[in-house]
Amino acid sequence: MGQQPIELILSRQFADSMNMAVFLVDPAGNLLFYNIAAESILGLRFSETGSMAVSEWATVFKPTDINGAPLSPEGLPLVQTLTNQKPAHGSFYIDNKAGEKLFITVTAFPIVGKPDRYLGAMALFWKAKSE
Amino acid sequence: MKITVWGCRGSLPSPGPEYNRFGGNTSCVEVEHNNTCIILDGGSGIQRLGQYMKKDINELHILLTHLHIDHTMGLGFFLPLYNPNVKVHLWGPSSGDEPLLNRLRRYFSPPLFPVRLNELPSHPIIHEMDESQFNIGDVTIHSSFLCHPGPTLGFRVTCGRSSFAYMPDHEVALGSPNFPNEPEWTSGYAIAKDVDLLFHDAQYSSSEYKSKIGWGHSSMADAIKFATLCKVKHLALFHHDPAHSDQKLQGLLEDYMKNTACNFKITLCEEGNSYHLPE
Repeated sequence: MGQQPIELILSRQFADSMNMAVFLVDPAGNLLFYNIAAESILGLRFSETGSMAVSEWATVFKPTDINGAPLSPEGLPLVQTLTNQKPAHGSFYIDNKAGEKLFITVTAFPIVGKPDRYLGAMALFWKAKSE
Repeated sequence: MKITVWGCRGSLPSPGPEYNRFGGNTSCVEVEHNNTCIILDGGSGIQRLGQYMKKDINELHILLTHLHIDHTMGLGFFLPLYNPNVKVHLWGPSSGDEPLLNRLRRYFSPPLFPVRLNELPSHPIIHEMDESQFNIGDVTIHSSFLCHPGPTLGFRVTCGRSSFAYMPDHEVALGSPNFPNEPEWTSGYAIAKDVDLLFHDAQYSSSEYKSKIGWGHSSMADAIKFATLCKVKHLALFHHDPAHSDQKLQGLLEDYMKNTACNFKITLCEEGNSYHLPE
């Protein structure tokens, strides 16, 4: 078994200690870790799912706009960060695995290790008040 | 491959009769194979190494895990640096912002040290490392960043079938919420896995560690758990706390082992010890 880079290990430690929802993904978008606060947004438990391939977790929640129209992946902050390796921010609705419709705000940023190694991204989620 | 300990004390040189057995010099380890000479860290132990090196040596490599003072303080007193017939390669971690040469110059300049790097008879050849693998002679080095404040590397040194991992400054438990049960999420696992010999940070007792979390060092107990996870054959505990006398160090290990069963060898690193790993 391989080992994650130290920057991702420490990012997971950071996420694990936070009371706000955090996702940690690798450069391919695979979900390496999500914390307890994020479990309520996903409607899943990390202890049960473990890491998830991008094809698996991308289908767990359905992002929509205020009218319920599906959002394209390119419009999501985490996808933008993975594509451009730049921070991104946005708000949208999701239907999660537990059948809830939530309005969330997301800030995503790339994780770049020393000296210049792109290692993935972190996304912080807030449950926002409905527009 | 012959590995010799010239310094295994952590943080601060610790002279005195109560430190005679394990030694008071800070980190410095010599790795020899045929005509290849590799020195891991330039702590105060490197001064004595410089006095006793083979006289006919004409090239050597110093690999710095990081630039904290206890790992660099001996460099200015290393005699081969003042011998124009010896080619010295200085390797250290990339920082991402400032070149290694500039960071080394902070030590090699007043008021910390009177001699500047460019005043040496032959300027050392500077190499930056990050997550990398390279060869020096027949020896393969694999470097990887570890959990310790500032850019800090650990090394896996391989020669033929033998492997040795060097992690003098490593807070292994910090980044792993479920330590020691998830190798994928354990700092240093990739370079320590299955090695014949591991030198690992064991600066604190378990009770001391509780008040020093985040300082970058491990407890003896965590070092042993890490070695168990990595399935090493021999763990040599390294980076002894400067306040831990010979008696205290032996007592800490004996107390821990009373309630622990290990299927590998555990020793405390001693200055002057040599380890021979077969090819």
